[in-house]
Amino acid sequence: MIEFFSEMLSYGFLTRAIGVGVLVSLCAALLGVSLVLKRYSMIGDGLSHVGFGALAIAAALNLAPLQVAIPIVIVAAFLLLRLSESSRIKGDAAIAIISSGALAIGVLITSLSEGMNTDLNNYLFGSILAITKSDAVLCVILSLIVIVMFIFFYNKIFAVTFDENFAKATGTNANIYNMIIALLTALTIVIGMRIMGTLLISSLIIFPALTSMRVCKTFKRVVILSGVLSVICCIFGFILSYMYDTPAGASIVVVNIAAFLLFSLFGLIQTKIPKNL
Amino acid sequence: MSLLKCDNVSMSYDGKTVISGLNFSLNSGEYLCVVGENGSGKSTLMKGILGLMQPTTGKIVFSDDLKQNQIGYLPQQSGIQKDFPASVWEVVLSGCLSSRGLRPFYTKANKETAYKTMERLNILNIRHKCFRELSGGQQQRVLLARALSSSKKLVLLDEPVTGLDPISSKEMYYIINEINKKDKVTVIMVSHDIISAVDHADHILHLCEKDAFFGKTSQYLHSELGSRFLFSNCNCDICKRTNCAKGHRHD
Ligand SMILES: Nc1ncnc2c1ncn2[C@@H]1O[C@H](COP(=O)(O)OP(=O)(O)OP(=O)(O)O)[C@@H](O)[C@H]1O
Ligand SMILES: [Mg+2]
Repeated sequence: MIEFFSEMLSYGFLTRAIGVGVLVSLCAALLGVSLVLKRYSMIGDGLSHVGFGALAIAAALNLAPLQVAIPIVIVAAFLLLRLSESSRIKGDAAIAIISSGALAIGVLITSLSEGMNTDLNNYLFGSILAITKSDAVLCVILSLIVIVMFIFFYNKIFAVTFDENFAKATGTNANIYNMIIALLTALTIVIGMRIMGTLLISSLIIFPALTSMRVCKTFKRVVILSGVLSVICCIFGFILSYMYDTPAGASIVVVNIAAFLLFSLFGLIQTKIPKNL
Repeated sequence: MSLLKCDNVSMSYDGKTVISGLNFSLNSGEYLCVVGENGSGKSTLMKGILGLMQPTTGKIVFSDDLKQNQIGYLPQQSGIQKDFPASVWEVVLSGCLSSRGLRPFYTKANKETAYKTMERLNILNIRHKCFRELSGGQQQRVLLARALSSSKKLVLLDEPVTGLDPISSKEMYYIINEINKKDKVTVIMVSHDIISAVDHADHILHLCEKDAFFGKTSQYLHSELGSRFLFSNCNCDICKRTNCAKGHRHD
C-alpha cells in the first residue's frame, strides 16, 4: 500500500497534477454549491468552452496558455453572467451559442496548426502532463486565492445565493458579489480544465454540490461536505487512473458519479426511516 | 424633516403604468399601512422604495440619515427556491449581513440580535431545522425574523400576516407595534386585513387606480375609499346626523 503510493508520487508530473487537481476540486466544489443553487451551472460549462478556444489561440500563437486564457475567460464570465441575468430563456440560448461558438473556433484553430489530434484530445479530455512546473506554481497560488476569497465572502455569497432581492433591498451590493462568484469560477475553470479537460471540468463544479445536497440540510454543511467529498473523489480518481492507466479527468468524474449514487441512496434511506429511530 | 418622501412617483412594467403621480411623505417613527385591491401596485411601491425598481417619473427620497442598509424587508413572494438547503438560523442571521459592510464575519452582537429576534417570534425551537421543511406560516415567521434583524430605522412588510393563524397574526401585530413604539422603527406594512390595519397604523395609504388616499387613519375612516373598504360608514356624529350612504371626507 505504502509502496504503491510512494511509487505513484515518485513521478514529479503526477505529484504536480494531483496537487493542482486537489486544489481545483476544492475550489470547484465550494463555488459549485452557489452556482448550482443559483441555476448558473450552465455558466461553468460555457466558460470551459471559451477557455478551450483561448487555449487553442494561445497554442497557435505560441503564447503562454494560462496567461492568455485567464483574462479571456474572466471577460467571458462577466458577459455570461450578464446574459443569464437579463432574461432566462434568451440568456440560456445565448450561453449555448457562445459556448459552442468558442468550441468551434478552438477546433478550427487547432486543426489548422500542427499536431492536431493529440492536442485536441488533451484539450477536450484533459491530460496530467499538461501542467509544467511554472504552471503548477501559478495554479496553486490562484486556487489559494479562490479559497481565501470564498471564505472571506462566504456570508455574502450565502445571502446573494439564498435571496438576491432581499440582499439588494437591504443594501448589499449583490451585483458585485455575483461578479466575484463569476470571477472565482472563471479562475477555477481555467486552472482545472487542462487536467480535467474542457468537456469534463464543469462536472467538478456540479457533482459535489448535488451529491452533498442529497444528505445535508444546511448551507454550511453542504459547502463543507462538498469540499471534502470533492477532494476525496479527486484523490480516488487519480489512484484509479494510475492503476488502470485511464485518463485522470474521466476517472475523477466516474468516482464522482459513484459518490453521487451512494449519497442518493443514503438520502433515500434517511427519508424512509421514521424520525424516532 | 421626513424620513421618506414620494414625490409625484409613477411606476410601470414594460410601459404599463401601475402607479401614477403618487405623493406622500412619512416621518420617522410613524406606522403606515398600505391597502388597496389586488393588483393596485402595493408590492410595486415597496420595490420602488427599496430601489429594486426605478420609478418612471418622480422620485423617492430618503432623509440623509436613512441608509439602505438600515432597512428591513419582508417580501410578499420571495425568490427563494423550494429546495434550498439552509437552516432557520442561517436565514435569520443573513438579515444582519447588511450592517456588516465589507467585514466578512458575524460578531457576537449580530448573533445575539438574531437570537433575540427568534425568541421574540417564537421560532427558537426550530432554529436548527431546514427552512424548506417548515410550514408556510413558520417560513413566514422566519422571514419576518430576518427582516427585523436587518431593520434599524425602517421596515417594509409586504403582507406579513398572510398565512398565519389567528393567534399568530395577533402576536405578529403585537410585535410590529412593539418595534414601532419601543424600538422607534418606522413601519410600512402592506395588508389586506383592513380592520387590524386601521386599528394599529397611524397613517393609511390606499392605492387606487383613480385617486389614491393618503392621510391619518382617523381621516381614512371618514373617507369614501375607507368606507368602501370597511363596508361601513364611520360612526361619527356627522354620519349619524346626515345619514349619508356614501363615505365622505372631513377635512
Ligand atoms: N414582474 C411583473 N411584470 C409585469 N407586470 C407586473 C409584474 N409584477 C406586477 N405586475 C403588474 O403590476 C400590477 C401591480 O402589481 P402588484 O404586485 O404591485 O400588486 P399588489 O397591489 O401588490 O397586489 P396583491 O394585493 O395581489 O399583492 C398588477 O397589475 C400586475 O399585473
Ligand atoms: Mg402584493
